[in-house]
Amino acid sequence: MAIEKILKDDASEEKGERARMASFVGAIAITDLVKTTLGPKGMDKILQSTGRGNEVTVTNDGATILKSLHIDNPAAKVLIDISKVQDDEVGDGTTSVVVLAGELLREAEKLVAAKIHPMTIISGYRMAAECARNALLQRVVDNKENAEKFKSDLMKIAMTTLSSKILSQDKEHFAQLAVDAVMRLKGSTNLEAIQIIKKPGGSLKDSFLDEGFILDKKIGLGQPKRIENAKILVANTAMDTDKVKIYGARVCVDSMSKVAEIEGAEKEKMREKVKKILGHGINCFVNRQLIYNFPEELFADAGILAIEHADFDGIERLALVTGGEIASTFDNPESVKLGHCKLIEEIMIGEDKLIHFSGVEMGQACTIVLRGASHHVLDEAERSLHDALCVLSQTVNDTRVLLGGGWPEMVMAKEVDELARKTPGKKSHAIEAFSRALVAIPTIIADNAGLDSADLVAKLRAEHHKEGCNAGIDVISGSVGDMAELGISEAFKVKQAVLLSATEAAEMILRVDEIITCAPRKREDRM
Amino acid sequence: MALAFDEYGRPFIILKEQDQKTRLRGIDAQKANISAGKAVARILRTSLGPKGMDKILQSPDGDVTITNDGATILEQMDVDNQIAKLMVELSRSQDYEIGDGTTGVVVMAGALLEQAERLLERGIHPIRIAEGYEMASRIAVEHLEHISQKFDFGASNIEPLVQTCMTTLSSKIVNRCKRHLAEISVKAVLSVADLERKDVNLDMIKVEGKVGGKLEDTELIYGITVDKDMSHPQMPKQIEDAKIAILTCPFEPPKPKTKHKVDIDTVEKFQTLRLQEQKYFDDMVQKCKDVGATLVICQWGFDDEANHLLMHRNLPAVRWVGGVELELIAIATGGRIVPRFQELTPEKLGRAGLVREKSFGTTKDKMLYIEHCANSRAVTIFIRGGNKMMIEETKRSIHDALCVARNLIRNNSIVYGGGSAEISCSIAVEAAADKYPGVEQYAVRAFADALDSVPMALAENSGLQPIETLSAVKSQQIKENNPHYGIDCNDVGTNDMREQDVFETLIGKQQQILLATQVVKMILKIDDVISPSDY
Repeated sequence: MAIEKILKDDASEEKGERARMASFVGAIAITDLVKTTLGPKGMDKILQSTGRGNEVTVTNDGATILKSLHIDNPAAKVLIDISKVQDDEVGDGTTSVVVLAGELLREAEKLVAAKIHPMTIISGYRMAAECARNALLQRVVDNKENAEKFKSDLMKIAMTTLSSKILSQDKEHFAQLAVDAVMRLKGSTNLEAIQIIKKPGGSLKDSFLDEGFILDKKIGLGQPKRIENAKILVANTAMDTDKVKIYGARVCVDSMSKVAEIEGAEKEKMREKVKKILGHGINCFVNRQLIYNFPEELFADAGILAIEHADFDGIERLALVTGGEIASTFDNPESVKLGHCKLIEEIMIGEDKLIHFSGVEMGQACTIVLRGASHHVLDEAERSLHDALCVLSQTVNDTRVLLGGGWPEMVMAKEVDELARKTPGKKSHAIEAFSRALVAIPTIIADNAGLDSADLVAKLRAEHHKEGCNAGIDVISGSVGDMAELGISEAFKVKQAVLLSATEAAEMILRVDEIITCAPRKREDRM
Repeated sequence: MALAFDEYGRPFIILKEQDQKTRLRGIDAQKANISAGKAVARILRTSLGPKGMDKILQSPDGDVTITNDGATILEQMDVDNQIAKLMVELSRSQDYEIGDGTTGVVVMAGALLEQAERLLERGIHPIRIAEGYEMASRIAVEHLEHISQKFDFGASNIEPLVQTCMTTLSSKIVNRCKRHLAEISVKAVLSVADLERKDVNLDMIKVEGKVGGKLEDTELIYGITVDKDMSHPQMPKQIEDAKIAILTCPFEPPKPKTKHKVDIDTVEKFQTLRLQEQKYFDDMVQKCKDVGATLVICQWGFDDEANHLLMHRNLPAVRWVGGVELELIAIATGGRIVPRFQELTPEKLGRAGLVREKSFGTTKDKMLYIEHCANSRAVTIFIRGGNKMMIEETKRSIHDALCVARNLIRNNSIVYGGGSAEISCSIAVEAAADKYPGVEQYAVRAFADALDSVPMALAENSGLQPIETLSAVKSQQIKENNPHYGIDCNDVGTNDMREQDVFETLIGKQQQILLATQVVKMILKIDDVISPSDY
């Protein structure tokens, strides 16, 4: 008798070997896709969106590439997900995590072909991951006590992160920018306080960090362009026509003159509101919502600088920097905290006018102005800088630092290899495979730089058999070099997250022995 | 067929439009049903036990779920066959009733069906089979009671509970830190349990997840988390000894339910309306302040002006909090949900020792923790994990562990796991079979064989020789008259489950056998399937 069909028509079911094969193939395909972007000599990708205008993005950032892909393979989706999480959590290492997970699966595939049960592989991988983490923990450097050294660590981390991005030409400049910006945050990880303004024009070198705050807005007509010792009221209130908020209210009149009266009353109300605002003794007024011409004129008459339509982030940041509070009612001026700053002026960057607040009270927020030849360059520069800022702000909290350039992978691989020799049973194959997957990362870095990876990695491995070795791949000179001397560092937190999430993802995919795909939801034809 | 003739030879129609329907009758119907049931069981068979594999399920919208939980797999599989749907129901009812053993129950039912098929081929009437199964299941359930053990635990001695939860968790992907999660689950259940009435309200345990961090960072919070932040960025981020006003009315002008219009036709009216409005906001905020609240939690939104007034009067507030969370907050803090400002009184305020806002990662995610509540019964389990699927799977695993802990509090009898209970039952049923004089004897014996299939699947999934292992364990059990021998899935070296500390709850096991038998009986009694054919 024929086997009863229990699933719906379009649904499909893949079992056992075939299911495992499908997930391996999917995961490895994704890995191969992003592999070439790894390392300082990694290449970029062009992404063309299917949306209107076929917008083009040029990027080297793993998370951005994967986010834009439309994938049908479930295993590949797991990998994309881990890269997204890595981006949210530590900001950098998005490519590495996918590559490591992919390499782990590639090794697992060989083991499965050699008839080792996936569960055995998983338990081997777990032991190996734990061992690798301990190996890293033993070799971390923590310079929390020494502020001077810590700053140089941060500088090195920033340079290492940036060296694989488009900013590598001016990495020193940008590393300095990023470190300065993060140091101003004083340990908070809230990157919202760092504003990045992109203005096309000039070259990347012209980018700068501004201690104050820059608002991308114009000053109202006829109002002063420069205010010293400004007292700022930051507000979120309607400055168009103040609507009556009581539900169901409407104006119902029977003659033209009445309309005029009410209009007059409305104007009077606005005038009063402005007067109240003026009562705060301010000389600058920033509002989140629109300011209509009428109140704007009133402000201009009083010689007050009024800025309208600053978006919500702008308002929040401005309140943060100037130390004022965001006000919506103006009845008791004595208790509203006003913001202060030394100087407000209109400045020109390229062709655009911006408002610059300098000499602010609280130094937490700052603005980075990026300049560059085109929008694509700027977008990519922003992403790179964002990565660097994320890593730095995380490092400020967790000050442990490692060397870079494939050094951590080699250290882990060595320890894991030793563990494999000590472990009895089939697990040792899996542990050995883990170490091979780790070595794949320096190999890929070398390959991407056009170097002889086999030769270099062999040399590196030999170097690492000496105690306390600092050897890694020096991509610039194409040889094995001392990473401590070259100043290539990475944050411990990033490496740990890469290691753990990659293992977790590989484990998850390995455990699967069946894929059931439901029938795709039918789209209603709206034609 | 569906066409019959009356005594005058005139045809009349019993089944309308019969050419559009497919119909299966008699033994064919039973066989078709059995094979559908078996097909479902076959899918789940490989995810049984600590070495069981996971399944990837892709939903109609392309979302991916990776899971090992029987109920979830079946729920998302979107089956089309009627009998397969019955199996899905079966696993779901086990999930509702017990919360764990959802895979086992389906495997059990599949095995019973398989045995029934063989008996049908030998010409035994399905009803006789069903009756035999019924008798056998009664024997098995009684035997389970017989071999079960009571064990003592208390607020101070939670070790036995933790061990049982660990057995449940060991078959899931989270078994890497099962100890940690088991402890969390047990603590959570104990803190909401009513030990005297032996009841646990699982609604009081909220399971929240947030992507990022490691599984080991999962924590138990004696309080509540709300995925919201303060309504005004400059409000204080931490409040100690908070008195919480829980409101379900917006900080906005009232909207009467009856239709009405306020007509403005003179300037005076315009002015008074404006003043009224201002006063309204002022009153609302003042009312909250007057009763002594230091935190306002509101189900609805705030007007900009009200928001600033709150900020100005130094009254932190949270807006857009969902209804369920609001209720939980009310329970936890001992406050009352207040629907109108006028009804706000100091007694209705909730109390919490500490309210704080916590931010995560590099994004702007913020969460509000309400801790040390006046009535600290409500707890939250906060899961962290590498990716979204991991968190979803952890949630499901924690749910299972919570259910197991709850069942133990309700009834503290346990049986040993690792297939030992099934083997022992199988021996008992086999022995009892000979006492039945009728045809049912065969069915009872078949039931014993079906019971063997669970340990068999366990052995198979652990990479052991199924028949060899099972027969070894069985003979050991009979020889030493010790029902604690099971399958050594983790290669520990002993197959005494008491030494391995592998427990399952008695009611869970009993329910599995009863539910599986019931469904199988139902399937066996069907002898006619009429369904509209595809068009």
